[in-house]
Amino acid sequence: MTETFYDVLRRQGISRRSFLKFCSLTAASLGLGPEFAPTMAHALETKPRTPVLWLHGLECTCCSEAFIRSAHPLASDVILSMISLDYDDTIMAAAGHQAEAIVEEVVAKYKGNYLLAVEGNPPLNADGMYCIIGGKPFLDQLRFAAKDCKAIISWGSCASWGCVQAARPNPTQAVPVHKVIRDKPIIKVPGCPPIPEVMTAVVTYMATFDKIPELDRQGRPKMFYSQRIHDKCYRRPHFDAGQFVEAWDDDGARRGYCLYKMGCKGPTTYNACSTTRWMGGLSFPIQSGHGCIGCSEDGFWDNGSFYNRLSDIHQFGIESNADKVGATAAGVVGAAVAAHAAVSAIKRARQNGGNE
Amino acid sequence: MTTKSATAQQQAVYVYEGPLRLWHWINALSILVLAVTGYFIGSPLPSLSGEASDHFLMGYIRFAHFAAGYILIIGFFLRIYWAFAGNGHARQIFLPPLLSSKWWSEVLHEIKWYAFIAREPKKYEGHNPLATLVMHFVFVWGIVFMMVTGLALYGEGAGLGSWQYRWFSGWVISAFGNSQNVHTWHHVGMWVIICFAIVHIYAAVREDVMSRQSIISTMISGWRTFKDTRVADDAH
Repeated sequence: MTETFYDVLRRQGISRRSFLKFCSLTAASLGLGPEFAPTMAHALETKPRTPVLWLHGLECTCCSEAFIRSAHPLASDVILSMISLDYDDTIMAAAGHQAEAIVEEVVAKYKGNYLLAVEGNPPLNADGMYCIIGGKPFLDQLRFAAKDCKAIISWGSCASWGCVQAARPNPTQAVPVHKVIRDKPIIKVPGCPPIPEVMTAVVTYMATFDKIPELDRQGRPKMFYSQRIHDKCYRRPHFDAGQFVEAWDDDGARRGYCLYKMGCKGPTTYNACSTTRWMGGLSFPIQSGHGCIGCSEDGFWDNGSFYNRLSDIHQFGIESNADKVGATAAGVVGAAVAAHAAVSAIKRARQNGGNE
Repeated sequence: MTTKSATAQQQAVYVYEGPLRLWHWINALSILVLAVTGYFIGSPLPSLSGEASDHFLMGYIRFAHFAAGYILIIGFFLRIYWAFAGNGHARQIFLPPLLSSKWWSEVLHEIKWYAFIAREPKKYEGHNPLATLVMHFVFVWGIVFMMVTGLALYGEGAGLGSWQYRWFSGWVISAFGNSQNVHTWHHVGMWVIICFAIVHIYAAVREDVMSRQSIISTMISGWRTFKDTRVADDAH
């Protein structure tokens, strides 16, 4: 049997005390009550580690880069020991046929019991030829690995929504994982990249409770994606007060006013950045003085400028948004009404003249 | 029927009952407040300085928007109730007779009247067919769209457990793809309602002056008065 997470930790010289601290911290970050810390400890002590296949499609590896920088729960090596990461072509030592053989081995050995983590997404155009892994289209690898998996974790905006490679005009026809695999539970962890602690917490939850976390309508874990950046933003009091940054170098910017007018997408973005923050809780985009660009939202590349809070309306030409189109329409209607009124008045005056 | 004025021989019909008139004006006021505050939520006023705790400007603007929104929504439901409880005219904007060819030909006539082709308008106790058409498709459905997207946006702030989120935010945001698109189309909806209001007010004033029946005073007193004695085209 595969060793447990606790075994691996002890082998690495981590004390039981540190292990229990880790359990409490993770339970807290998952929004669970304190009574769940022992449950988590027990699970990690007794359950064999879940085998995970981590596939890479069209992506930039920012998800992996984020994942290995997770600060709480503990550091990357611990997280990598919690699951049994059997295949991850970016960070694994094996290469070539030896590496590819692992996928088949895991699929055969742990049928129905392994997790499939997907970073990036498959392009469908030209039979998937725009993304080749080990000489075969990624699409085939994804389908093969997904067939017998327990559940799929869609890492990042690529796997969840499509992200940049699926942005208009999407020449490779890149599609998110759920458009290809329809018969497996899919947990979307969007973000470009997702928050490291969110990634590790999702894995921890699944390793501990042996079930997928509660998901919202879009398939994201509710515990991290149920609120907008705006709802928990530390600059929110400035928004409510009506204090805004009007230019990047104005006094409001120096005073840390709300970035709403600079196009901050915090009010339309579901993520946990304003609560967990990044780099071990050091900061997040808004704290560094730049608005949120909404990287965890579906279609964020196609919504127009990062500095505009309204989506572009492409039917009316590039760079036109709801307010521009609407104000123009209202102006045209107003002018038409005025012209119509003038004609009506002339017509009436003529008629009255004729009647006299 | 009473004859109000001896000189012009106007006949009067009681068209809009009290609750309907009250709804009309409360609704109009709500829309005014919603459009103005909504615009300032999307494009806020110039930044205030000083301590954040000294001000609550956006808070008040948003409060006014939400309060007016709820008044509009409750009013709309009462209006639907009144479509059942009130007289026949109360149902008109909800049920345009889309299958009646006579009605469509009258829509065409009304368009011709507005295009200065027809010499004389027809005469109506209720709305003219073109008005019914526009009120149904632009106003009624426009307001329904604004109420649904508005509640969806409100639910985002109210949170996952709120009834607004459960009933509206989830499926509306899914339908539009993301929250930003819902905001965008809520803006578009505002401009549609503004365009409707411009045309509506203009048409009311113009009809009052140029057509064969009263319009503006009718929404105040409830009585439709006529400028000639011929039979109205929608007389029952």
